[in-house]
Amino acid sequence: MIWLPVFVFVLCVVLIAAAIFAVIQKDLMLAVIGTGIVSVILSALFLILQAPDVALTEAAIGIALTTIIFIITLKKTKRYEE
Amino acid sequence: MRKVFAIILLGIFGFYILSTILLLDFGKRSNNVGQHYLETTVQETGSVNSVTAIIVSYRGFDTLGEVTVLFLAATGLGGILYDKKGKKRKLQHASLIVRVTSQIIYPLIILLGVYVFVHGHLTPGGGFQGGAIIATGVLMMFMSYRTFETNHTILSWIESIAGLTFVTIGFTGLMLGHTFLENFLSLGTPNTLVSAGIIPIIYTAVGFKVGAELTALLDNMLKTIK
Amino acid sequence: MIYYVTSVALILIGMYAVLVKRNLVKIVIGLTIIDAGIHLLLIAIGYVEDATAPIFSMESLTANQMVDPVPQALVLTAIVIGLGVTAVALALVIRLYDHHKTLNINKIRKLKW
Repeated sequence: MIWLPVFVFVLCVVLIAAAIFAVIQKDLMLAVIGTGIVSVILSALFLILQAPDVALTEAAIGIALTTIIFIITLKKTKRYEE
Repeated sequence: MRKVFAIILLGIFGFYILSTILLLDFGKRSNNVGQHYLETTVQETGSVNSVTAIIVSYRGFDTLGEVTVLFLAATGLGGILYDKKGKKRKLQHASLIVRVTSQIIYPLIILLGVYVFVHGHLTPGGGFQGGAIIATGVLMMFMSYRTFETNHTILSWIESIAGLTFVTIGFTGLMLGHTFLENFLSLGTPNTLVSAGIIPIIYTAVGFKVGAELTALLDNMLKTIK
Repeated sequence: MIYYVTSVALILIGMYAVLVKRNLVKIVIGLTIIDAGIHLLLIAIGYVEDATAPIFSMESLTANQMVDPVPQALVLTAIVIGLGVTAVALALVIRLYDHHKTLNINKIRKLKW
């Protein structure tokens, strides 16, 4: 099966690109969405490394709860980094 | 100026860390304590999921510490955001499609969360995952309706009784002559629902406690939006 | 092998955000990215080639065909505690904004008000 290492390589490149995008952006709402994308791809990589318990925990906590707590904070403070 | 210093420092740091970590072999099996846990987990604890047996039975005291840290975080957040005037939530109703769909899906999400923490010793899952799924279902109802309220008194009673159940089961093992958090019920046949002694009871208590805590945390943060 | 390089890159990106950026919410996002990098590093160390998940679902699986279960138990605890740290840090950020009316750390210099 030659397509599995290629698939893992593509996922890792998208992961690093999403992390750099989340750090550089000036609009903080887009930075929070970048953090959510890092959590989603990380959950898929945990499943490829044969760890289903950890993938379920990262999907349930990292995607829903962390993003909503960040968005509630953004609504009470400023949205744009000056 | 500050950016250039930071990039040079991170470059040196990353070079040394990477050259140490690349000395490890990727994918080789080594004989350590994980091998011993894998070989004796079905006879000694009766549970089929090895990660659950490590978290609840072999390292049960660390799980008690983790439950305490989560309780302190939720209480600390309630204390930092405390306001004497007691504001209310001022969001709007969502649109009609979202309201009708969320009323149909809400009992199914609660049922999924309860299924995940009851079958913690047979399939991947457990108390923390089930509690997070229940909190996400309640959050969906908070965002669809403006008037959906949860009773804080009942939530704090559920959380206290679940925490006390965990510690009481530990002390019962101590009183019967063994060690703290020892498996004192019968083990049963593996791969069935009623098996593995006290592991399903402890995970049910942890699932209720984490679900109630995360719901109270989200309600505290949503209540003071202007 | 590619997992080690990716996880060290994630740790370095997170540390850049904590050292250089001046907005408080950006610093908390950097802490979350450092956590993600460390979890990936721990799970990648415990992987064995041509092995499967550590659940004895059928009778014929032996202990020689499974990955190491101890790093998975450690990472499961670490994910939940990372959520707790993020929640308390963001509550402190909300309180600081209410008092100083800015989120720039160069302007919040007094320790006692």
